[in-house]
Amino acid sequence: MKIGIVVFPGTWSESDTFYATKDILGFNTEYIWHKDQKLHGIDLVVLPGGFSYGDYLLTGAIASFSPIIEQVIEFANKGGPVIGICNGFQILCESKLLPGILIKNKKLSFVCEWSNLKVNNKSIFSSEYQNNEIIKIPISHGEGNYQADKSIINELESENRIIFRYSSESGQINDSYNPNGSINNIAGIINKEGNVLGMMPHPEKASEKLIGGDDGLGIFKSVLKKVLND
Amino acid sequence: MISEDTLKELALTLSEYKLIVEKLDREPNELELGLFGALWSEHCGYKHTKKLLRTIKSKSKYTLTEAGAENAGAINIGDNKAIVMKIESHNHPSAVEPYEGAATGVGGIVRDIFAMGARPIALLNSLRFGDLNIDRNIQIANGVVEGISGYGNCLGIPNIGGECLFDESYENNPLVNAMCVGIVDIDSILSAKAESPGDLLIIIGSETGRDGIHGASGLASQNFEETVELRSAVQVGNPFLEKLLIEACLEIATLDELVGMQDCGAAGITSAAIEMAERSNLGLSIDVNKVPVREKGMTPYEIMLSESQERMLIAVRKNEYKNIFKILDKWDLKCSIIGEFIEGNDVIIHNDKKFISKTPINTLTTAPEYDLSKISKGYTAPYKEIKLQKSYSSFNENIIKAHIKKIISSDNLVSKKSLYKKYDHHVQTNTVVEPGSDSAVIRIKGTDKMLALSCDGNSRLCGVNPKVGSEINIAEACRNISVMGATPIALTDGLNFGDPTKAKGAYELIETFKGFNNACEIFETPIISGNASLFNEGHKTSINPTPIIGAMGIMDKNIKVPKKGFISEGDKIGLLGKSLWGTDIGLSGSEFQRIFDKDLSGEIYIDLKFEKIIQENIRTLVHKNLINSAHDISIGGLMSAIILCCEQNNLGAKIDKKIPENWAGSLFGEDQSRIIFSYDEENKKEISKLLNKSNWMEIGTVTEKNIKFENIFIESDSLFMSYNKGFSRDI
Repeated sequence: MKIGIVVFPGTWSESDTFYATKDILGFNTEYIWHKDQKLHGIDLVVLPGGFSYGDYLLTGAIASFSPIIEQVIEFANKGGPVIGICNGFQILCESKLLPGILIKNKKLSFVCEWSNLKVNNKSIFSSEYQNNEIIKIPISHGEGNYQADKSIINELESENRIIFRYSSESGQINDSYNPNGSINNIAGIINKEGNVLGMMPHPEKASEKLIGGDDGLGIFKSVLKKVLND
Repeated sequence: MISEDTLKELALTLSEYKLIVEKLDREPNELELGLFGALWSEHCGYKHTKKLLRTIKSKSKYTLTEAGAENAGAINIGDNKAIVMKIESHNHPSAVEPYEGAATGVGGIVRDIFAMGARPIALLNSLRFGDLNIDRNIQIANGVVEGISGYGNCLGIPNIGGECLFDESYENNPLVNAMCVGIVDIDSILSAKAESPGDLLIIIGSETGRDGIHGASGLASQNFEETVELRSAVQVGNPFLEKLLIEACLEIATLDELVGMQDCGAAGITSAAIEMAERSNLGLSIDVNKVPVREKGMTPYEIMLSESQERMLIAVRKNEYKNIFKILDKWDLKCSIIGEFIEGNDVIIHNDKKFISKTPINTLTTAPEYDLSKISKGYTAPYKEIKLQKSYSSFNENIIKAHIKKIISSDNLVSKKSLYKKYDHHVQTNTVVEPGSDSAVIRIKGTDKMLALSCDGNSRLCGVNPKVGSEINIAEACRNISVMGATPIALTDGLNFGDPTKAKGAYELIETFKGFNNACEIFETPIISGNASLFNEGHKTSINPTPIIGAMGIMDKNIKVPKKGFISEGDKIGLLGKSLWGTDIGLSGSEFQRIFDKDLSGEIYIDLKFEKIIQENIRTLVHKNLINSAHDISIGGLMSAIILCCEQNNLGAKIDKKIPENWAGSLFGEDQSRIIFSYDEENKKEISKLLNKSNWMEIGTVTEKNIKFENIFIESDSLFMSYNKGFSRDI
């Protein structure tokens, strides 16, 4: 069982993710350099957060043309699980593994804070949580405002593919608990097949009680349990 | 003969020019004059502060570097780990071009840290602006904050603390001081020097452009009014490139072939390369034609003096650069061998085959030293007696409430959340105490230690008395660390002062160092690195003397860090200090005086020895896990401290005391050496045993809401609302 974290020039959450999956959870984890063209023996791919290629042009756009992404697409198409965190979510949208787009936060400025997320546990990435459980995970982004056509949003809703929504501590979902203006308070979604997750919040940053909470570990635990059972 | 205009552009005086001619025994050519202008600037040559800097306490049993000898100071924290830290200002660039000025300020200080081979683990900053109700000031403040956010967030370094204050003294002359902290294995600390003749000098990173020429000599060494036209002297940052540089340089740092590393900062290649050679006791040969440039036709002068960002210099063993180039290629970074270290003491500059200059390095790096005491001789600081309005000493409930409301809504006291929300403070997953407390705390992975870090300085108190104000700044920095339970072990100083060639500026610097020396001695905290930004003169007058202190403390990971605010109803509230109430004279230089009297006057005082005792006391209480919260009384006095302690968890307080008739001094006096803490009632016995009876008192109880003294009832909801509303205008 092996987790592969793709390192792009400019990303920075690869080491935090490595720490969470390897040092905290004890799973075999390795870095995959963006120039590599292989995903040998990898069971879970993580696209980390940060500013790949400086986020010049469009967030995630340049990374979506990098050699490794073709491999990630092939891996995902074969059913391999993929998690895109923050910038990784943006890369997944740009590479069309997920629908929609992430644009500038409604208030136009970067936001870093702990966010409350309401969990839909009907996915391989969230099965370790209770359904509708409220978890605390930090966000840190300037462009996390998820937007998509009405038909896509309807599809996401009807197919139960919105896995995380920004909410209040008690689970209310409305504009006042939406940090970036995303449609329907979307914080994380999966693809049709259910094996690709994109989320703006950083689960790797909620990996220990000492640093404010460990609610993020459930995502890695959920998907790794699935991998181990397969 | 040289024209005065040319000299002025280089910030050299005529007598300095004459000294150059005398030392060289000839007239310098154009390039050489540029080299002198840069290296003899305050920024590189410290000509006004060197004498004072030599007097400072910079060593302790934990220090690993000589002050000023390397890119930053390093301190031993055990387990073969060193913490590297430094603060740097980017005031003038931020005044001219706020976004890029602040952004490149962050970039510069980060390079200083990884040049030592250290991984940057924290950023802090201290910001000063003029009053927010003036449009230009909000424009500057917004630009600066966006610049720090835009650049810093890209780097994956948490921005965990600092301060942001407003005072008319910073009108047109904002202060942007950025501090960076890094970690490195002690046996892997890099030095900014070469080892032997034949070592190669290689430039890495950005191409050299025409930006930032005369940044060090021009922008940072002249009065503000002269610099408005120097917009082109401000550099533009590329944080993406900086991030690549961090990773590549830290990878290179592990190779044996690498001999030394140096940040290319102020005064560009000139300062970086020549200082490297000087430290190595070697000569240097440079070919400017080998420097990758952004545009055609750049002159040797422009190449040598450009302050283009995101460049590093490394010294590498001859013919052993292959593996280094491989790493740079992996990170898609440009590099070029631009020279080599040679026997002797000269810097020899060529443009391809054409010889341009041969100058003795020690002449270039030995800037004249000015004796500030000669400049300040005969100067007596004007003493202004404190004015107290009659109403300040006559108890009146409504008047008191109105003053509380106004002070808690002041831009200097309100919640700064809107600001630090713009900075990533979680990345690297070490942040134990987030921004908003007295100091931030991060753990050090792979060890059993945590660091407490703070970065601030009260400049109004320094405006009243620079010596005592500086003592207070160090005392408060250490207090901020101590309330977390950490022991302060090192400081870095950001000196922001007015014109040192005027008696007032010189006097303020001299007095500041006196204060530093007193305080450093008592707290046993060396100043291991720092930066001097002089000539901070707004349109009307010089800024208040502003010595910013970055402080670092160390603590065990098992220590339960107290919160800033009260945590549960029923807890008892204690005060560590000689007296609960502030005094009338304690209003000198206070926020109260700024708001209600629009004045800066009076006398300030601190008993450093007593301060040390109460800091030891609070650490003991934390280590023995006897308290739940701790917060020091500083700006805004006792009343503001109590409100902030209540606000954090939306609680109240019942204080079993009567506010004295002189309510203003009592509630808002900023008298030093006082800490508010809360504790379970059952711990009182143990606390009493540990503390000297005359050093503390129980003052009340944490309640559900509102703040009650025996003679006044203050509703807390609206106060909390004012506090949380944040700045009077959006930043």
